[in-house]
Amino acid sequence: MTSTPTTKVPFEAIVALHGATVLRVCRAVIGPNEADDAWSETFLAAMRAYPELPADANVPAWLVTIAHRKSIDVGRAAGRRALPVAEPPEQPSLDQPGRTELDADLAAALGALATKQRLAVAYHYLGGLPYAEVAELLGGTTESARRAAADGMANLRTTYRGVTPESGIT
Amino acid sequence: MTTDELLNAVTGAFPVDAEHLGALHARLAAAADGAGILDVAYRTLDTPVGSLLLAATPIGLVRVAYGAEDHDAVLSQLSQRISPRILEAPARLDAVTRELDEYFEGRRRQFEVALDWSLSSGYRSVVLHRLADIAYGRRASYTEVARLTDNPKAVRAVGSACATNPLPVVVPCHRVVRSDGSMGGYLGGLEAKRVLLALESS
Repeated sequence: MTSTPTTKVPFEAIVALHGATVLRVCRAVIGPNEADDAWSETFLAAMRAYPELPADANVPAWLVTIAHRKSIDVGRAAGRRALPVAEPPEQPSLDQPGRTELDADLAAALGALATKQRLAVAYHYLGGLPYAEVAELLGGTTESARRAAADGMANLRTTYRGVTPESGIT
Repeated sequence: MTTDELLNAVTGAFPVDAEHLGALHARLAAAADGAGILDVAYRTLDTPVGSLLLAATPIGLVRVAYGAEDHDAVLSQLSQRISPRILEAPARLDAVTRELDEYFEGRRRQFEVALDWSLSSGYRSVVLHRLADIAYGRRASYTEVARLTDNPKAVRAVGSACATNPLPVVVPCHRVVRSDGSMGGYLGGLEAKRVLLALESS
């Protein structure tokens, strides 16, 4: 989409473009039960601030940063610790079309990761946030954020290998 | 297995279906409206003159746009000229939707919804405010409208006011025709003008 620096796309387009990604991040961070609340709070806060957002801002990174804060808020409101810990893994819900055993196992494996690994994977790999900004959210150095994401993915790789036949999915 | 393949698998492990996102979107629209930050709400409506984009601020209906005007381009203009806090949120357009449905069924002769005139200014705004004086089923020439505004020489300006009417159908620029009785132009295309005038004369 072409837009001059003075023109912002309608917020509707932001929701349409990034809504699914932010929901995935919320689900990976705070679990399926609270994810809808976190998503709603994220987009409401984003819409409130949108007119003042610099025109050249990285919109998905901005949204993921808000989603991080709102997930903490929603988690606190739900009586949890400041940073959401491993949720009970997403149960394989059979009523969800297209959901496979691999999906359920991967979601469960992500839920079982150490918190920093899980959040690093969620923010960097699912949310597209650069490592430097992941480090700002999680504390520590950029390098430690990179390592946490890599360790998390390595653990998920083990789960993936355990479920799929040797030939893998082609 | 590459990292991309693994990432695709992990992304797929959190399937998001359109219906669920739609429900979240509706919840967001209601919350934004309640919080007073839904600056522009819009919907589209299928009518005998094609799909119309309807947009409203908290003040009232601010824009009606034909498909020929390119709805995406119109939303960009609204973002620039009013506010980028725009959501597809049909509830705010319920009243005008009902009135338009009645109009196109021949059961309504004038519109009663509140209007937000912020997209028109100057002489163009003066012209548009006088168009309601042309009754349902009647026609007036550009010259007559210029006279109505006490500015009889401004015939061309009347034409450009009609051509840039932000609220077509509701503000009846389709009732303005040439002095010789021919149709003149129309921002929604001549066929749309023909349909509206035929509807009102039946």
